Amino acid sequence: MAKKRIKRQSSKKKRIKRQSSKKKRIKRQSMKKRKEMTLKKLRSFGGVLYNQLNKGEFPWIEMPSRSTSNILYDDRLKQYILGKKHVKRSSRNIRHIRPVTQLVWTASFAYTLNKQGKTSTLRDIFYSAQAFDVPFKNQQESDNIITDLETVLGFAREDFNIFPEERSQIFGDLTIEYTVPGYEGNSLNLTTHPDGLAIGPALTTSDFKSTKANKIIVIEKGAMFTRLIEEKAFKKFKAILIHTAGQPPRSTRRIIRRLNKELGLPVYIFCDGDPWGMAIAITIICGSANAAHLKELATPEAKWMGLYSSDIQKYKLPSTKLKVIDIKRLRDMRKDPRYIAKPWKTQITHFLQNKRKCELEAFSRYGLDYVVKKYLPEKLNRL
Amino acid sequence: MSTKTTRGKGKVSNNEEYREISPADFFYRNRDLAGFSNPTRSLYSAIRELLENSLDACELYKILPNIHIRLSLEGDTEDVKDSYTYRIRIMDNGSGIPPEHIPSSFGQILFGSKYRLRQVRGTFGLGGKMAILYGQITTNTPATIISSVGNGKSYEFLIRIDILKNKPEVLNKKVHKNKIAWHGTIVDFLLDGNYVRAMPRVLEYLRQTALVNPYAEITFIDPSGRLYKFERVTFVMPEPPKETLPHPYGCDVELIRRIISASKCTDMLTFMSTHFHRIGKKTAQRFLTYAKIKKKTNPHKLNSSEIVHIVQMMKTYGDFLPPDASCLSPLGKDLLGAGIKKELNPEFIHVEQRKPSAYSGFPFIVEVGIAYGGDIPASSGIILYRFANKIPLIYDEASDISRKVINEGINWRYYKIAPNLPIAIISHICSTKVPYMTVGKEFIADRPEIEREIKAAIKTVARYMRIFLSRKNRIEHERKRIDLFARYLPKVAKFSTELAGKKKIPDIEPLLRSIRRYGKKED
Ligand SMILES: Nc1ncnc2c1ncn2[C@@H]1O[C@H](COP(=O)(O)OP(=O)(O)O)[C@@H](O)[C@H]1O
Ligand SMILES: [Mg+2]
Repeated sequence: MAKKRIKRQSSKKKRIKRQSSKKKRIKRQSMKKRKEMTLKKLRSFGGVLYNQLNKGEFPWIEMPSRSTSNILYDDRLKQYILGKKHVKRSSRNIRHIRPVTQLVWTASFAYTLNKQGKTSTLRDIFYSAQAFDVPFKNQQESDNIITDLETVLGFAREDFNIFPEERSQIFGDLTIEYTVPGYEGNSLNLTTHPDGLAIGPALTTSDFKSTKANKIIVIEKGAMFTRLIEEKAFKKFKAILIHTAGQPPRSTRRIIRRLNKELGLPVYIFCDGDPWGMAIAITIICGSANAAHLKELATPEAKWMGLYSSDIQKYKLPSTKLKVIDIKRLRDMRKDPRYIAKPWKTQITHFLQNKRKCELEAFSRYGLDYVVKKYLPEKLNRL
Repeated sequence: MSTKTTRGKGKVSNNEEYREISPADFFYRNRDLAGFSNPTRSLYSAIRELLENSLDACELYKILPNIHIRLSLEGDTEDVKDSYTYRIRIMDNGSGIPPEHIPSSFGQILFGSKYRLRQVRGTFGLGGKMAILYGQITTNTPATIISSVGNGKSYEFLIRIDILKNKPEVLNKKVHKNKIAWHGTIVDFLLDGNYVRAMPRVLEYLRQTALVNPYAEITFIDPSGRLYKFERVTFVMPEPPKETLPHPYGCDVELIRRIISASKCTDMLTFMSTHFHRIGKKTAQRFLTYAKIKKKTNPHKLNSSEIVHIVQMMKTYGDFLPPDASCLSPLGKDLLGAGIKKELNPEFIHVEQRKPSAYSGFPFIVEVGIAYGGDIPASSGIILYRFANKIPLIYDEASDISRKVINEGINWRYYKIAPNLPIAIISHICSTKVPYMTVGKEFIADRPEIEREIKAAIKTVARYMRIFLSRKNRIEHERKRIDLFARYLPKVAKFSTELAGKKKIPDIEPLLRSIRRYGKKED
């Protein structure tokens, strides 16, 4: 059922070879290629401005507008995208000269960063700019310029080695090969460390080599993540476990998408049974309005596994009453195009009728292995 | 002993002692009224009264003033005290005083030459003598006056004031030869005071005096021997004020009585057209018809109720011409402007003089200047320099009419004038009678007529300030704009060259030039 729905990439490059040991082998050096493409893009961006200057023009840039009116929900792609509206930034304009300069600087800084195989964080960028005398007023301004660069190039900032501070974790039978300098060619199995491994720049940029897993389970809460490791759920369900720690950072969303696309593994999202858990799931599946300018963060094939409002009743999980703010959120969700489809719509109605919510930790009520023995097998079976 | 309150009936045994006190005694007892309240303020007031007398003595005769003031410490100065003894000496090149009037001019309170109706600094015949009186009561020493009207002799008097009799006591008199025909006056005496504390106000007073008298040269040597010199920047002086007759709107019963007793006129028509400002034969006739008084009536035969009637009629008759301003001596746009430039050194200045106007029969003229930058510090409000009859008013600014107009009467936002700009307003009121609130001559009372003129003048100068500021802003904005391009465009060129992997940075000079040319057009 689940497997039936997952599209297998037919192109030779993206196909995952099956090995006799039932381990999937991935040939592709995808990350390195991607790096080269990023560098090329950055360089040609510089080239465009350079040519404008040589022609005696004030350098200018055109990019899709990210204003709310231009953020649309694409029903076919099942995610937010930017519409047709474009904005032009010309250094001829007194209000644009500074942002244009900052944008070119950010691009050239990212280029050097990538060339040297180094990474940086959003905060780092804010401070680095000062050394080049193109200071940002605050980090919000520098974050915004980085988003501009993403929009202009159509690449996420992680592609040019700029990462956020927050980290989430991954655990499971996946062998990766690093591409970061000093570790190139080194490979590692992600079951090595029982706490899981941080999804940082090194992991995000590594290539997937092989895996015995046949699914991904994405978990909102750290306690549940640890439980599933301890209870050997990853073995029982052949799953790679990912802990989002609340709303997943973009690099985590990228990893989920890559695991889904490159390895063809189905993704199941396991969150608290409340509107906020649903929001985490929908962000992984459809992306967010904030990142409408980027196409490679969403995983449309991912499935929301739970907790459903109906699960709370069915498994008699300890629950608490919905708060006013929860109800307001649920009402807003009814107007959100991302929640039109099946499980969402019915569950929203169910929540509003049942008026109860429940956290993942609530499973402990029935013993430490209840979730592994009872809930997960039943749920996975039904999806 | 039981004391009962009386109900207004029965005999009261009155034990009070009744006696008259002299004006000198009165002001001795109430010296704080005239600004002699403590050692700091008294020193300031003494310098100010003497300097104002000297300026009056020069200006009434259109003499370019040269005034020297010296203050030096006397006696022991070792201890730290509240007040010290100083010698003050002031010398001017004014008209001088005829010898027979010297003792009274400096030794008799309410004696003076300025009771006539014209614009002068002094008014009550009080200031100079209060300074001398204060010196006398604090140091118990006499004052020396040397003066000459510019003939062959100069006279030196050593005088004390007899407070109880309000009479000068001449202790010594000398006559000197004066071959060079020097004219002027020297006043020299001891007084107690505290210069260290008075210094800021004294210097501010001198600076502002120099501002409003740009044709004067004033030097001041302070007790430490430091010389302050306020230079003359123009040789032009305002026309001296002419004496004028009282205007009917400003008359009261007592004044009419006095005029009658001094008058030689025998009929009301000639009486009215002789003794009052702006009343000729025709106006006199119309007024008498209005007041129902016969032309032939002899003014000397008027009884009290008839005089009261005349005063009432004078107040209600609407057709008197307003007082003219020949008795005033304003500075004028140029001189006030020169003074402001000299002392404040501003980047921009505009001065307006209002047409003469009158309140209760007293003519007045308002002159207002506005200045930006230079030595004017930026402050949260607008800095105000107040002047009346060419003297600076330093104390009690908060109660002054000009301050009230600035703070409450003007919508500064309309004039694009924000707080923290280096802006000063200079207001000058000239009148035969400046409506001071106190004898101390420190602030002007609220008179609707004066308030209206000040407001109109400030609005006019504020309009010029707005024009200046918006021009300045435009230029400033333009400069910033060009700076911004000059700062960032080379960076765009550098970074994009690096990013594109090229060697030669494109020439951006033409682009920067085009910005500048565009900028000029905008201006
Ligand atoms: N420096 C001076 N030069 C000429 N006359 C003077 C001088 N100082 C004082 N007088 C005369 O003495 C008079 C009294 O002066 P003062 O007591 O200060 O009263 P006021 O200035 O109000 O008349 C003045 O009216 C003036 O005639
Ligand atoms: Mg005087």
